[in-house]
Amino acid sequence: MPQIFTPSADTWPRVGVGLGIVAVTAAILLGAGLVQSAYVTSVDWVVDQPVPFSHLHHAGELGIDCRYCHAGVESAPNAGLPATEVCMTCHSQIWTGAPMLAPVRESLAKGEPLRWNRVARLPDYAYFDHSIHVSRGVPCVECHGRVDEMPLMKRGEPFTMAFCLDCHRDPAPHLRPPDQVTRMDWSDWTAERAADYGRRAMEAHHIEPSRLDDCGVCHR
Amino acid sequence: MRRATLLLLALAACEMADQPRYDAYEPAPLFPNGASVQPPPEGAVARGYPARAATLATRPPLTPALLDRGRERYAIACVPCHGIAGDGDGVVPSRGFPPPPSFAEPRLRAAPAATIVDVITHGHGVMYSYADRVAPADRWAIAAYVRALQTSLGTPAADLPEADRAKLAEAGR
Ligand code: HEC
Ligand code: HEC
Ligand code: HEC
Ligand code: HEC
Ligand code: HEC
Ligand code: HEC
Repeated sequence: MPQIFTPSADTWPRVGVGLGIVAVTAAILLGAGLVQSAYVTSVDWVVDQPVPFSHLHHAGELGIDCRYCHAGVESAPNAGLPATEVCMTCHSQIWTGAPMLAPVRESLAKGEPLRWNRVARLPDYAYFDHSIHVSRGVPCVECHGRVDEMPLMKRGEPFTMAFCLDCHRDPAPHLRPPDQVTRMDWSDWTAERAADYGRRAMEAHHIEPSRLDDCGVCHR
Repeated sequence: MRRATLLLLALAACEMADQPRYDAYEPAPLFPNGASVQPPPEGAVARGYPARAATLATRPPLTPALLDRGRERYAIACVPCHGIAGDGDGVVPSRGFPPPPSFAEPRLRAAPAATIVDVITHGHGVMYSYADRVAPADRWAIAAYVRALQTSLGTPAADLPEADRAKLAEAGR
């Protein structure tokens, strides 16, 4: 009876299994890299907007405070995107004929809000509230990056669970005086100064990191 | 069976990330203007309206805390046009917006604080109303701070106490 299996018959399965192991390992490593990559977390990606609104121009160069437009940030869960009338407080008089601003004028005339495409967003199962962060002195720049240097809005930090937890487990070095939350440049604060201020702020506000990573804080 | 469960779980995960509800700013085809946040119907009275109206009608006592609050709110809402000093020299007029008057004008010095509150509430000429973004209590705080600016605009540097003059020289450099 002739041999069914040639001497090299199990070479191919072996190669197959070997390749399989390599592929699985690579997939795990790549996958791990991927979930933290800009592709998934959207960091630094810009999206098209109905009007090419520039934070660099308005917040950076003109120095308009964030709260001129995002008026809810101190008192509500949502910071609030500005109504068309807010643009018109200035653009009723300047750049009035600019084609770039045509959608703004149209929105005002029709009473239909501008449809901004959201950049900084959490999935619906995660709960977030601006007012508590702002009242404790977590500055905008900690979570949104250097907004004053963005010609088009992009995500400054990955809004992953790890990003939230990294701070919730040790908020002290991130805290700043609440009356300066919209300040973007903190380069004059040394690590010691931040640590010292943070320690006092933690005491003053009775912040307990041990409670801040309970699942129910953000998933409710 | 196992596969069906996995499929259900995967579906549930998608559902959870985008739950079937209207969030703020989400498009809402259910309404004629397509927005989830709807303007109140005509004639609606906001919750807490009487309290706000009362705050608006009565001038609060002048305290350091009121002035501090006023300075902060003035910086957010008014500085772009009226300038840090209140002389009308803001950055927005420098880009072509009609320049506002200086608060040092005799007419504005003579105006009662309620007039400033009224301008914030209803706007004035080309200046829009800020009622949607400046709460009634804050309007009084800003009015008080505008009074302080008027005082500072009329004070020669030589009349300042020594310590303040030193600070001024420091800031000027
Ligand atoms: C406090 C005043 C102010 C408000 C409020 C304001 N702008 Fe502007 N905006 C300006 C000024 C001043 C310029 C011109 C800048 C210059 O000349 O360098 C400008 C320029 C622009 C431009 C064209 C120049 C550019 O490249 O950025 C666009 C587009 C624009 N604004 C959109 C908007 C939109 C949309 C809103 C509402 C969300 C808005 N602005 C609200 C003051 C304002
Ligand atoms: C003149 C008005 C104006 C000012 C001042 C302003 N913003 Fe905005 N902001 C907008 C508008 C309009 C949008 C929506 C369009 C866009 O994403 O660019 C926006 C979007 C954003 C978003 C993204 C929201 C999302 O999910 O899409 C963030 C974050 C933000 N602003 C933060 C800030 C911070 C921080 C400051 C102060 C440094 C600031 N803004 C100052 C008008 C303003
Ligand atoms: C602790 C982190 C954190 C800080 C500090 C923070 N934000 Fe946000 N911001 C977020 C997150 C998370 C979202 C997305 C919320 C969502 O989708 O539910 C967001 C959304 C926004 C939005 C768009 C949607 C909305 O809420 O209306 C704006 C505008 C905004 N932030 C502005 C600001 C400004 C201005 C400041 C500073 C005064 C600030 N944020 C401080 C985390 C932060
Ligand atoms: C840079 C620091 C920092 C970051 C980043 C941050 N937080 Fe917070 N968060 C705080 C501080 C500080 C408090 C206030 C805690 C207190 O006063 O007890 C807080 C409080 C909260 C609360 C209210 C807790 C309660 O029950 O009172 C929620 C909800 C929350 N954070 C959600 C989030 C989410 C979701 C993210 C990520 C998108 C996030 N936070 C990112 C610092 C941060
Ligand atoms: C400080 C806020 C915060 C706390 C506390 C928190 N989470 Fe989350 N969690 C988030 C945010 C924000 C996301 C969304 C992350 C994203 O979109 O990538 C998330 C996502 C998740 C997801 C979905 C993960 C995925 O990849 O789809 C699970 C599951 C989860 N959290 C479980 C938990 C559990 C269990 C706990 C308690 C041990 C917990 N979380 C505590 C903020 C928090
Ligand atoms: C977008 C620019 C702009 C902003 C922001 C602004 N103003 Fe004005 N304001 C003006 C202009 C322009 C005038 C002159 C209006 C006219 O005469 O048509 C004016 C006029 C005034 C007057 C004088 C009214 C009179 O009787 O002559 C007062 C008082 C005033 N503003 C207060 C404020 C206060 C308080 C704030 C902040 C809450 C503020 N303004 C924000 C542009 C602005």
